[in-house]
Amino acid sequence: MKKFLLPLGVAAVVVYSLLPFLWFVLASWKSPAQLTAIPPVVVPEFHWGFYRSAIVNYGLLGYIKNSAIVAGATTVVSIAIGALAAYALTRFHAVWLRWYLLVLLCVSMFPQIAVAGPVWRILNALGWLNRYPGIIVAYISFSLPLAIWILSTFFKELPYEIEEAALVDGCTRTQVLRLIVLPLAAPGIFTAAILVFIYAWNEFFFALIILTSPPLQTLPVGIALFPGEYTIPWGELAAASTIATLPLIALTLLFQQRIVRGLSAGAAKG
Amino acid sequence: MKRFDRAAVWFVLPSLFLVALFSIYPICDSARLSFYRMILMLPWLGEKFVGLENYGDLAGDPVVLASLGVTLLFVAVSAALEVSIGAGMALLLNESFRGRGLVRAAVLVPWAIPTVVSSQMWRYIFNDRYGLFNFLLFGRDASRYLAPLAEPGLARAAIVFADVWKTSSFAALIILAGLQTIPDELYEAAEVDGASAWQKLRRITLPLLKPALLLALLFRTIDAFKVFDLVFVMTQGGPADSTNVLQFYGYKKIFAEGMIGYGSAISVGVFFISLALALLYIKLIGASVLESGAAR
Repeated sequence: MKKFLLPLGVAAVVVYSLLPFLWFVLASWKSPAQLTAIPPVVVPEFHWGFYRSAIVNYGLLGYIKNSAIVAGATTVVSIAIGALAAYALTRFHAVWLRWYLLVLLCVSMFPQIAVAGPVWRILNALGWLNRYPGIIVAYISFSLPLAIWILSTFFKELPYEIEEAALVDGCTRTQVLRLIVLPLAAPGIFTAAILVFIYAWNEFFFALIILTSPPLQTLPVGIALFPGEYTIPWGELAAASTIATLPLIALTLLFQQRIVRGLSAGAAKG
Repeated sequence: MKRFDRAAVWFVLPSLFLVALFSIYPICDSARLSFYRMILMLPWLGEKFVGLENYGDLAGDPVVLASLGVTLLFVAVSAALEVSIGAGMALLLNESFRGRGLVRAAVLVPWAIPTVVSSQMWRYIFNDRYGLFNFLLFGRDASRYLAPLAEPGLARAAIVFADVWKTSSFAALIILAGLQTIPDELYEAAEVDGASAWQKLRRITLPLLKPALLLALLFRTIDAFKVFDLVFVMTQGGPADSTNVLQFYGYKKIFAEGMIGYGSAISVGVFFISLALALLYIKLIGASVLESGAAR
């Protein structure tokens, strides 16, 4: 019975997980008539017109550029700042450091609306609305709890003896971090970077309120506000969605084990 | 035990500064603004201190109460479904079979897709004239086709479904981590004693899995409470406010209507609900953080 049920269950889970999105990807290759055909067409014509139209008529490349800049910069800076904090949290002993970790944990759980108004006002006062630095600095601070939490769990696993020896030999704390901890923790840093990148690439709420000017908008905002109130350009929308999701699917397939480890480090640690 | 080092301050400072500026200060500022009447579209009114008036309005606003109800319903139903489905997936993924790595990656795909993308995808599938949903239910009989996103009950179900599809794999991961801590010896001993698969599940797996299930449930509860993207793309809070969750209502008040004071009162309410959830979470797992800390 088990021999029969297991493949069935696995097949069901795979279909449930992949089929809906596959349907949307297929839509991007259909012809305009196939898009709205009943009965639905399963095998598309594989025509690339919607991709071309998404690029030419809907400025898809601009959204991709904005997303790449914002997510890339967020990842680099957030990991750098997060590594500093995670190093302190795992190498120094002080009660306030433990409270800091708890505050980070709390902060990461607040809904965006709890802070959105004042965040908008701060960026407005700085003149950073509709500018890369504004969205990037916001993303950095919102991704820091995640980055610090994951980096801490990886830093904790490194043998402290090497660092102690280096400190005795006269290395400074910064040198220890740079020359010993970071190289040893490279896999953990990579994992945290993937997760921060996915967060920044997918984030919608703050992008929506900070980037109101279309040439600066990221992919999620572009896709959510895709023009066309009554007739929705499904083909172009599906093409843009496929392209927006491609890097994430690639990351997931390539680094599935790392992502799982990072997520459970962030969640189940206790 | 390592000695406290003043250098720790410098390592923590950059992150502390950003978190304080973009998370702690905004919460305090929301609390302050909630005592003022401030309307972005009517700047000549200025910032007028009105005491608790916004909170009084909040308590008497039927939309807010309905919105709270919708949010709690959404959170309860989707978190419960996500943990149940996640537990099923985890049990499956814990078995050994060929291609397990690929299946695990496949399960992660919905989690990795941007929520905005999956929301548009469901809009396409739920379309009232050519959506796959209607075709699977009613075939070519277009006269029976439903408009799931235009009908209050169905729209709520659609939002829950879209959330469950996207996030049950996350619940599965947490539960899978819990499953892997259960020692094989227990099952071996049970087999020697002649226990059936069902008995092993009831008597060994589920009791030992309880902490992981609780953790997954709490995690999903906290996250479901933040629902926004799905509602923004799929229903815009409608039809007839049936999917008008708190995050979306607060967003509409502050950013679409410019009601800064009133919207801030909503922010404060949302903050306290999520703080309660966060403290519950810390009580569950975080006590050990304070004892041993991340520090070794």
